[in-house]
Amino acid sequence: MIGGLFIYNHKGEVLISRVYRDDIGRNAVDAFRVNVIHARQQVRSPVTNIARTSFFHVKRANIWLAAVTKQNVNAAMVFEFLYKMCDVMTAYFGKISEENIKNNFVLIYELLDEILDFGYPQNSETGALKTFITQQGIKGQHQTKEEQSQITSQVTGQIGWRREGIKYRRNELFLDVLESVNLLMSPQGQVLSAHVSGRVVMKSYLSGMPECKFGMNDKIVIDKQGKGGTTDEAGKSELGGSSGKQSIAIDDCTFHQCVRLSKFDSERSISFIPPDGEYELMRYRTTKDIILPFRVIPLVREVGRTKLEVKVVIKSNFKPSLLAQKIEVRIPTPLNTSGVQVICMKGKAKYKASENAIVWKIKRMAGMKESQISAEIELLPTNDKKKWARPPISMNFEVPFAPSGLKVRYLKVFESKLNYSDHDVIKWVRYIGRSGIYETRC
Amino acid sequence: MEWASQLCENRHIGSKMTDSKYFTTTKKGEIFELKAELNSDKKEKKKEAVKKVIASMTVGKDVSALFPDVVNCMQTDNLELKKLVYLYLMNYAKSQPDMAIMAVNTFVKDCEDPNPLIRALAVRTMGCIRVDKITEYLCEPLRKCLKDEDPYVRKTAAVCVAKLHDINAQLVEDQGFLDTLKDLISDSNPMVVANAVAALSEIAESHPNSNLLDLNPQSINKLLTALNECTEWGQIFILDCLANYTPRDDRESQSICERVTPRLSHANSAVVLSAVKVLMKFMEMLPKDLDYYGTLLKKLAPPLVTLLSAEPELQYVALRNINLIVQKRPEILKHEMKVFFVKYNDPIYVKLEKLDIMIRLASQANIAQVLAELKEYATEVDVDFVRKAVRAIGRCAIKVEQSAERCVSTLLDLIQTKVNYVVQEAIVVIKDIFRKYPNKYESVIATLCENLDSLDEPEARAAMIWIVGEYAERIDNADELLESFLEGFHDESTQVQLQLLTAIVKLFLKKPTETQELVQQVLSLATQDSDNPDLRDRGYIYWRLLSTDPVAAKEVVLAEKPLISEETDLIEPTLLEELICHIGTLASVYHKPPSAFVEGSRGVQHRRLPARAGSGESSESPDVGQPVGAVPDTPPAVIPSQGDLLGDLLNLDLAPPTSSAPTVTPSMQMGAMDLLGGGLDSLLGGDIAGSPAMGAGLASAPVVMPASLGAPVSSGLDDLFDLGGGVGMPTGAFVVPKTIWLPAMKAKGLEISGTFARRAGVIQMELSLTNKAMSVMTDFAIQFNRNSFGLAPAGPLQVLTPLSPNQTTEISLPLSNVGPVMKMEPLNNLQVAVKNNIDVFYFSCQYPISILFVEEGKMERQVFLATWKDIPNDNETQYQIKDCHLNSDAATTRLQSSNIFTIAKRTVEGQDMLYQSIKLTNGIWVLVELRVQTGSPNYMLSVKCRAPEVAQLVYQCYEMVLKN
Repeated sequence: MIGGLFIYNHKGEVLISRVYRDDIGRNAVDAFRVNVIHARQQVRSPVTNIARTSFFHVKRANIWLAAVTKQNVNAAMVFEFLYKMCDVMTAYFGKISEENIKNNFVLIYELLDEILDFGYPQNSETGALKTFITQQGIKGQHQTKEEQSQITSQVTGQIGWRREGIKYRRNELFLDVLESVNLLMSPQGQVLSAHVSGRVVMKSYLSGMPECKFGMNDKIVIDKQGKGGTTDEAGKSELGGSSGKQSIAIDDCTFHQCVRLSKFDSERSISFIPPDGEYELMRYRTTKDIILPFRVIPLVREVGRTKLEVKVVIKSNFKPSLLAQKIEVRIPTPLNTSGVQVICMKGKAKYKASENAIVWKIKRMAGMKESQISAEIELLPTNDKKKWARPPISMNFEVPFAPSGLKVRYLKVFESKLNYSDHDVIKWVRYIGRSGIYETRC
Repeated sequence: MEWASQLCENRHIGSKMTDSKYFTTTKKGEIFELKAELNSDKKEKKKEAVKKVIASMTVGKDVSALFPDVVNCMQTDNLELKKLVYLYLMNYAKSQPDMAIMAVNTFVKDCEDPNPLIRALAVRTMGCIRVDKITEYLCEPLRKCLKDEDPYVRKTAAVCVAKLHDINAQLVEDQGFLDTLKDLISDSNPMVVANAVAALSEIAESHPNSNLLDLNPQSINKLLTALNECTEWGQIFILDCLANYTPRDDRESQSICERVTPRLSHANSAVVLSAVKVLMKFMEMLPKDLDYYGTLLKKLAPPLVTLLSAEPELQYVALRNINLIVQKRPEILKHEMKVFFVKYNDPIYVKLEKLDIMIRLASQANIAQVLAELKEYATEVDVDFVRKAVRAIGRCAIKVEQSAERCVSTLLDLIQTKVNYVVQEAIVVIKDIFRKYPNKYESVIATLCENLDSLDEPEARAAMIWIVGEYAERIDNADELLESFLEGFHDESTQVQLQLLTAIVKLFLKKPTETQELVQQVLSLATQDSDNPDLRDRGYIYWRLLSTDPVAAKEVVLAEKPLISEETDLIEPTLLEELICHIGTLASVYHKPPSAFVEGSRGVQHRRLPARAGSGESSESPDVGQPVGAVPDTPPAVIPSQGDLLGDLLNLDLAPPTSSAPTVTPSMQMGAMDLLGGGLDSLLGGDIAGSPAMGAGLASAPVVMPASLGAPVSSGLDDLFDLGGGVGMPTGAFVVPKTIWLPAMKAKGLEISGTFARRAGVIQMELSLTNKAMSVMTDFAIQFNRNSFGLAPAGPLQVLTPLSPNQTTEISLPLSNVGPVMKMEPLNNLQVAVKNNIDVFYFSCQYPISILFVEEGKMERQVFLATWKDIPNDNETQYQIKDCHLNSDAATTRLQSSNIFTIAKRTVEGQDMLYQSIKLTNGIWVLVELRVQTGSPNYMLSVKCRAPEVAQLVYQCYEMVLKN
């Protein structure tokens, strides 16, 4: 199990050091600093073995978090824990920075005492932790017995992510379908790889302990219903989904721990009691029938040894009524670029020498349009034999639909004890598609 | 450091720090002020002071002097202050055990507190205080807490049992805590169950044979129920525990799999990987024709792919595991090639791992895509990555026959880029392609030869030389090319030297008339002017082969080589099975068994996959050393990185030896005196009509054979090839003759004698096992106790046939130095256990420290000087070596062959001072000054080392090397 946990600043000074196991000595703190933080070369692995001690590290801004062990621990668990640790700290005091860590070091020690016992991760849901560890010091002195046992039952309970007795005057929920679409395209326009990784983020402001059921246009579910001949009342899409005719093939999905996985496995239905406030309900991945919102057509011509001509056309490929936003095309330039002249029909383009790229920004663009940029790049003559690697042209954008085609069909809320029904709940759905790594080789 | 002092708000403005003396007093003053604040009446001030103390502690300042004052703050109802004091206690209690007792009362009282949070806090902290006296007091509160009404307290108490066990295992057993812990597995609260499982699993690891966890269908059922309800971390503990269980039959196996598969959709990657581990293991038991088996295989792919969209660090862990899974069950991911394509922004560690998996998944169906990608990667920036990409192209050529031609042309394109390291890497892989498809792509040799001058890496030079030698008959100026390499022969690395020697001999056998001079030159360079024993030996063998029986020489040197096998870098099947049982853990990241990096007994027991139903194997507990149940359908031939010596000598070194042994029957007789005479004549006269002058030329070459060579030569060629185990052959480094370690009297008729040697960088334990009993002995195995330098057998003791009465077998056992370490007295003592079908026998022996001297032991001059000064004079030990009659040069050479490197030599008033360095396998440097007075037989030896204990052993080693 985890033997110790250290946090360093960028210089390698220790900000937090908590040792859980006897086999980890103080020298481990220095070993990591000397061998990893102060190492001259780039980090070649997130796991380092120094003198039979293994160090796992992650970096957030310029802060290093390192977990140490001498045993054969579950490596995936250690990294998951480090990420979780970052989430918990962010939830308590915002950005992970040297200043924030120093200002909250007592709090961090308290958290570390609570969420890691003898190196075993314990309940680390912020919702639960915040009931008894606060920045103003620990609650607990002036609590009634009921309150105390309520805390412990929540920390250890089956529904560790939600406390009882939550009340709202207005029951409301927000669903965000956030997708990032990834593409790698060859210069000839052939799709080398494309996938969408999506998240369904839910903000719930619901009273009591509501049972929720979530439905989407999952191909397996739709096909099953179609075969059975029964038109489930839920099949008539009740939320957002305008047509709902198409179903999508989901390659794989993972769920927040509130979702009953065994039920999903057997019936493919998504049912759960949600945490209060914002959380990520599910993640999913699709690779089939992806709507690629933009197509990039590059043309690079080397004119002699000191000049390069670049022409890039982008085409938007979605309904003309929709608007894409925050469009940015990044065209890499060689290191020995001396000057650039750019002409573009739409938006603004600039050569940024420090980033070795031409950055072309367009605020808004409707569907089924196209736009073009052309640039002349002057090069300094070099005797460097190595060819320029021609990094791919990358693109950023945001579109108001889900490139995977995912549609929310329903989200039903049942709370038997309290006096409100599914119809009383106000529901909002929003779709946002963003570019992930959206690259075209040139 | 600064911020701690900031927190302590420098209050010493008045005192001027003009001297370091004041600096220490300032420090004392600081402690003093903190002391005052800690004893203040004001609560807030107290709390602030404790915070300052903790801050100082964090940055490594010693604040243990404040112990009593801090402990005094413990009696408080302020929970925050209490936690801080506890934190301090956990850090310093060990250094102040007597005072730590002061805290006991508070702990015991807190364990009775009505607030469950405080009860849990007390029992949690108490377990972290590793002081014997405190643990005695811990027992009663712990017993109560294990039965507490509040689950939060119970789950904390469960972990506390593991803590206590780590401090005092006996106490835990005596107090019956283990039984209470077992009861908690049936607790109503899932989190208590999870922690109890974690604690029990850990305790069970240090008692490999106890049946602590006692997994049976009922308890498994309980665990599976808890699995659905507990936190993500608890699910990991439970899944990891489940993976140790061996189901009774395939039906049970299937039902567990069915209940574990939903976990594959968990958001936590560790839960997913642990579930994959359970499934991969239990799948072994399912019959392959079962429908469910196919369904399960299909279910495994998507979650594995999803892991690749996690954060980069987790992707790395996932990729290392996928690498294992792909080797074990290639069918799972065979259609998922695209997801392993490298992204421009991937961190380098992710890129390298993806590349590895791409090669493993390459097949005829996807090769076009893969090649296009690889070509793209070969133009990237990171040198390591580019090299690996080029190498990958070569591996594709070997793996997918249909693509070979395309691969070769891609490689040629890359060679045209003239990027130095790309060219070199390409030549290395083209050599392998030649081996796989002989007589197919030799047309590219001309292009390769153009790049001869740009090669500066040994591996590439050696590959090129091999190509020239192998295809000498097709390259017009092969002799010129090889001659050009010969000029700087002594500056080349061993790899290149050996290759050059072989290549020229090949050339000579193919074109004897034009190349006699060249072959003579290389033979004399190799045999007379070289310090390298391997090179000398190979030189002598060729020389003798050429001079006695050239026909045989041709058969041996130009023997047809076995084809290169398809798969490279595969993990050895038994190791792979073990690693599959460790999916998700560090072992799967390192691709090493836990015993290679975990100290002590914890987690070192070997795991293996269960046997498939119906194969007759049903043993439940994993057994150390037994062959693994399920063997893959076709055991893939694994290419060893450095071939064995026999293959090496027969010029198969570039060709990884496969199972078929070379078909050369050494039938000739070789007289001791006939080394250079008649044999060569027959080469010249009989087979090839060459100039008669050559025989004379070779014969008259000033060859001085070491005297010891005469004896073994007469015993025929067999002996020559038996270099691996031969003690009689000169190997450079001195080897102590075998001594009897275990007399037959003490070991029921088994006599063991042996010695240690270091050959080609490998430590060898050379054993003679003699059966002096009346019955046949079988089933030999060997094990070492922990020892000072972590020596451990690198492989099993291989006694291939049963040892019949009065038979002796010679074994040389390669040793590794990554075993567990424990200081021995004397330092070089090694305790050995040897087992056979009769009994287990123990003996101890001492190894000469010289076997630990590594080949890279030569220190830079500057570093040597600095290090010499750096080591305190107290660590210097002086010895006198008497009656040694070597001069300083002869001593240098002799010591060098034992990896004692002379860095500088100085002569002062007729006295030679040699400065020498030695590096031990564990990284310790030993610096030596050796004074040799001309005319005097006595040497003076000064040894300086950071670990002075080794000095005496080093001295003994000098004695031995110089006098023998």
